[in-house]
Amino acid sequence: MAHQSELIEKDILAYLKSQEEKSLLRFITCGSVDDGKSTLIGRLLWDSKMVFEDQLAALEADSKKVGTQGGAIDYALLLDGLQAEREQGITIDVAYRFFSTDRRKFIVADTPGHEQYTRNMVTGASTAKVAVILVDARKGLLTQTRRHSFLVSLVGIRHIVLAINKMDLIDFDAEKFRRIEDDYREFAEPLGFSSITALPISALNGDNIIEKSVNTPWYSGPTLLQFLETVQVEDDRAGQPFRMPVQWVNRPNLDFRGFCGTIAAGTVRPGDEIRVSSSGLVSRVDRVVTMNGDLDEAVAGQAVTLTLKDEIDISRGDMLTVPEAAPLFTRHPEAHLVWLHDEPLRPGQLYLVKSATGITPGRVTDVPYAVDVNTLEQKQVTTLGLNEIALVRLELDRPVPFDPYRENRDTGSFILIDRFSNATVAAGMVSEAVELESHKAQLAELEPETGSAWTRRISLSELSATSLNVVDLTAEYGTFILEAPITLLAHLEKGNRVLFRLRDLGQLPAVALLAYEHNLAFEFDRTLEGISVLLFKRGNLPQDKVDSDTGTGI
Amino acid sequence: MTSNLTHLQQLEAESIHIIREVVAEFDNPVMLYSIGKDSAVMLHLARKAFYPAPAPFPLLHVDTTWKFREMIQFRDRMVEESGFKLIVHVNEEGVARGVSPFTHGSALYTDVMKTEGLKQALDRYKFDAAFGGARRDEEKSRAKERIFSFRSANHRWDPKNQRPELWSLYNTRVKPGESIRVFPLSNWTELDIWQYIHLENIPIVPLYYAAVRPVVERDGMLIMVDDDRLELKPGEVVQHKSVRFRTLGCYPLTGAVESEADTLPQIIQEMLLTRTSERQGRLIDHDQAGSMEKKKQEGYF
Repeated sequence: MAHQSELIEKDILAYLKSQEEKSLLRFITCGSVDDGKSTLIGRLLWDSKMVFEDQLAALEADSKKVGTQGGAIDYALLLDGLQAEREQGITIDVAYRFFSTDRRKFIVADTPGHEQYTRNMVTGASTAKVAVILVDARKGLLTQTRRHSFLVSLVGIRHIVLAINKMDLIDFDAEKFRRIEDDYREFAEPLGFSSITALPISALNGDNIIEKSVNTPWYSGPTLLQFLETVQVEDDRAGQPFRMPVQWVNRPNLDFRGFCGTIAAGTVRPGDEIRVSSSGLVSRVDRVVTMNGDLDEAVAGQAVTLTLKDEIDISRGDMLTVPEAAPLFTRHPEAHLVWLHDEPLRPGQLYLVKSATGITPGRVTDVPYAVDVNTLEQKQVTTLGLNEIALVRLELDRPVPFDPYRENRDTGSFILIDRFSNATVAAGMVSEAVELESHKAQLAELEPETGSAWTRRISLSELSATSLNVVDLTAEYGTFILEAPITLLAHLEKGNRVLFRLRDLGQLPAVALLAYEHNLAFEFDRTLEGISVLLFKRGNLPQDKVDSDTGTGI
Repeated sequence: MTSNLTHLQQLEAESIHIIREVVAEFDNPVMLYSIGKDSAVMLHLARKAFYPAPAPFPLLHVDTTWKFREMIQFRDRMVEESGFKLIVHVNEEGVARGVSPFTHGSALYTDVMKTEGLKQALDRYKFDAAFGGARRDEEKSRAKERIFSFRSANHRWDPKNQRPELWSLYNTRVKPGESIRVFPLSNWTELDIWQYIHLENIPIVPLYYAAVRPVVERDGMLIMVDDDRLELKPGEVVQHKSVRFRTLGCYPLTGAVESEADTLPQIIQEMLLTRTSERQGRLIDHDQAGSMEKKKQEGYF
């Protein structure tokens, strides 16, 4: 298969011409540890002639040394790049593989199925358009199968190949195959995939990978490669309104001011009206500049430089869009967050939020619920650990342009970076912008009392049991008194704690007074984040906390 | 609409995006220029990314003093044409000690002249980001490397502790002394590189084209006699053969292949019909299994 050897030999120029129209498909493979993922990809590379003679020699030698196929060629060894992994016999990180046929170039994200490596799957899936989910025909659907399906749907993959592998070990039993397929369709219904294609395969022996297998006369669908070569991956960005995050302002001299970026959605032509997300100012596109000459039109996916008719203030961090369909421009996005790091989420702590338009400091203020990736059930949590997923609310230091992730992966995604370790700790997918002011610990100002114009009363209204209990006073000035409603006191009574973030020490008496009036205890803390006070009911503080109290509290 | 973009257009756009992101977020980036075909493509993409302005970073060539003469000529010509500032760094300590591929073996020589030389240059100029032309399809350990690959202050790569890389959102944060190696060509294959060179008419070192050149057969490889520093061993004879190079490095370590391909289409044709992978012409990968992974952990590009 693979390359048209004859054309290459006879007319290389014609061949090169034919290759210019090739498309690109990125897909991900997921499965449990022994489902044969690496073997499957090794087989695709092998059969599409992407394995060369010297690699073959090394593969044969390695198969004898560390192979799991009793000295026969172990295709998985083509992939397991790192020595540590070879020794453990499992793939432990995301690896990218490449092969191509005459129709398409493929980039495969090979990801581990091991429980603790969910983050790698989300990473691999983030750029993929199709997911190949492997199932061991003998075992049927496993918890992992469900988890992987949920994760790829969360990350926005719409096309699923259910590769039912090791068919040779169940004698190519059509009945068992159909039962697994039916089970899967039923399970995946609520995930809303555009297509699910079930394939009976044997990665080890090559059944229905490239060529139709003689062992499955009852199967009339495509082989895996046929499917991958022809699947129509609708580009969700195609018909959408124009969007381009400004990545870099190119200003070599006073006569040229170009705005560089990768078009995230839609198309742009000279003369088009565009709007700047931060200022709302509108101008028209003058030129679409590239080194190969100005373009009449540029489309989503292209990296271009735009010049405008008017001199308006635009910088990195802005997004250029069509005026009639502006993006969300918000300090309070709501998003699904996948936690990627050993250190758990610290609600209220400042992180760096990197989105398509750059870096903005921000914090998670609220976790309405977490999702159990195995059962898809929602549960209440106070924090997030490695591989956990939740709906969260963020508070950013300044408004950032976003689109809902389901509409655009590029403008709807972000990562969280720890400010101190610089680790990438979470991946976020924006679902919507939260209505301003209804949130932020529900600070509502009451009418000032007569005669005490300088003392305001701030009511801590309805802190629901699911909220993260952060009250941010850093934006408050002047003297005030805090008022706690019954619900808040009941909330504290249950053992919940409320964190107050203070602008300065002058705000401390208000919190102290609140504690005094309601017989509450508090812990004072001064960190790089600023000043904070943790309010709680003494009897409910966990024992270890009481013991370790070293007297920082007042 | 995006589906109308071909695979090369998509790869090009991704690379330009990566290059711009580095310039937007780092203080002092540099582009490692090895003069080979991948470097040629990377340099071309850098020019495209900032056109009509010149790219706002210099090129760095770590010269081992054993490069093919034609490579150095080509380098100087490209720098002049493109307007890049070029920094050439030589590990003078290695030169003073007389380190050469003949006397010290390929492993130690590469370590001193390439890896050490590179670290010296990065330290001296305090670069916080360095572009490299490596591709994931080149070698197994590269397949798992990130596009933005973190290096400690000692330039070490920790394959088990890499930052997750999602979408096209790259974590560019480093502390003083730390740096990021950036690989804009991560998702290109050898075939993509050649096709792109063909499509965009990118100049490459003439050594890639077949010509009659003086070579000796040594350890199963054809080594070109590029200057008089190559001492013949007993029994070795200089032969004149039509050869070309699939990959370029230090001439005593780079094997030529016999070939008549003297045009770009012929090179691509030969590549497609051949069954030997690219890095086989390089001695350094063969030292031991997993050798590239070891080198990379120690700071080799």
